[in-house]
Amino acid sequence: MGPARLEGYIHRGIRKSFFHEKSGAERAVEMLLAKLKGESFRTEYEMPVFNKIPPAAPVKDLKTATIALVSSGGIVPKGNPDHIRVSSAESFGSYDISELKNMTPENYESIHGGYDREWANVDPDVVLPLDVMRELEAEGVIGKIHPIFYTTTGTGTAVANSEKFGQEIGEELKKAGVDAAILTST
Amino acid sequence: MTREIERVAGIPVVQIATIVPIMLTVGTNRIVPGIAIPHPTGNPALGPEGDKAVRRELLLRSLKAMTTAVRADDF
Repeated sequence: MGPARLEGYIHRGIRKSFFHEKSGAERAVEMLLAKLKGESFRTEYEMPVFNKIPPAAPVKDLKTATIALVSSGGIVPKGNPDHIRVSSAESFGSYDISELKNMTPENYESIHGGYDREWANVDPDVVLPLDVMRELEAEGVIGKIHPIFYTTTGTGTAVANSEKFGQEIGEELKKAGVDAAILTST
Repeated sequence: MTREIERVAGIPVVQIATIVPIMLTVGTNRIVPGIAIPHPTGNPALGPEGDKAVRRELLLRSLKAMTTAVRADDF
């Protein structure tokens, strides 16, 4: 059976591989030339559609707010106890940071495969800014930092997985009555 | 991930990262541009005090973002 648009059935999002008489290089150049000339062309790989959502209402009072920290920068406890993947993450971790004032190489490290980890492994606060958040908490600028921090690796991670992690983390934050979150990415 | 946390929990999520066009494409509603890909919330080149000062500035900006009303058609 041919593709959906020719046979008239509903697109299932399945990509079928086959040998084309023209090489990928030739097809790519032809597509680029058509694009430059303003002629019509059809992509061989469709971009995912990203939903936009209405922005959430702002926090009313920071001084009493609980703020959660989340990161896709691959910041995990030393030794990566839950074996979060260095790329194309299939999972996220949740770790108790209630006793931590600061991210240090003794307690945390970066396992992200998509950026140079030199700076993150000297001081993980440059990806997960716990030290200054603790200062702001002590100064009373914010109410408190949520005791659980959520982390995963963002590089190569499938959109579907990212969305699933977001939904699961969102559920936990909602249940815990958290008021806002700061998410850092690399 | 940012957008889904915001949608499901109904809370503002401020994302600090360097490549702003990506965040705009995937639907992040409150964006604070980070310093650099390998160190979005710090600048080690400025030494420990400079680095912390930069971190504080970014976090204060994030706190401002989460207390600011944002309309869907603002961007």
